[in-house]
Amino acid sequence: MPYPEEMIASMRTELTDNGVTELRTEEAVKAWLEANKDKTAMFVINSVCGCAAGAARPGILLSLQGEVKPDTVATGFAGNDTGAINYVRSLAPQMPPSSPSVYLFKGGKPVSYVPRHVFEGGWPEGVAQHLQGEFAKHCAKVS
Amino acid sequence: MGTFHSDKGALHGITVIVRMKDGSAWVGRCDTVTDDGVFLNDCDHHTEGKDGRSVQEFLEAAKQWGHWPNIKHAEIPAGDVAEVLRLASLP
Repeated sequence: MPYPEEMIASMRTELTDNGVTELRTEEAVKAWLEANKDKTAMFVINSVCGCAAGAARPGILLSLQGEVKPDTVATGFAGNDTGAINYVRSLAPQMPPSSPSVYLFKGGKPVSYVPRHVFEGGWPEGVAQHLQGEFAKHCAKVS
Repeated sequence: MGTFHSDKGALHGITVIVRMKDGSAWVGRCDTVTDDGVFLNDCDHHTEGKDGRSVQEFLEAAKQWGHWPNIKHAEIPAGDVAEVLRLASLP
């Protein structure tokens, strides 16, 4: 059963008000990946969990203030945007599903996954540092 | 940063490793740690060599990618537990 939209609205807008594109369906995710197939793309699985509020969302936004970052960032909400979430997860079936979590795609293929336990009990600064480490591995421009 | 359930203890809602005295290990979301034992939800258990992997390899994979919630709920007797630590703190 999905969460009431009025309950999660502010959890969605915390990301979408800061430049993150919301994708609610499988078709939308497919189109987004196709449009960014030559780029690095990050998909955030948003969640009602306390660790999403205290660590994941603010940490993700903080990580995007760095110089090296994905070319595009999108999000869907676990439990509500099931078409989008299930499709993203299907692209990396070897990775256990969790939420909140972060998938990083390069060339349309998953190259990194940050599962829920990285966010649990953490702080935004630590999350940002972890994500920026992944960005450095996969998003760095070759000059 | 804790959770909204202050009566459940510091590890409530946190993904933990429970190292057992017999050398096996559990990974799962901690509900409570009491004098009786450790109560986990959405967890998995690994014994040395299971599926061709050592316990250490199982834990390292869990730290990198998360774990599969193959077991819905586990009550682990305190007397069998060697150590409880956060999965994220695994070196």
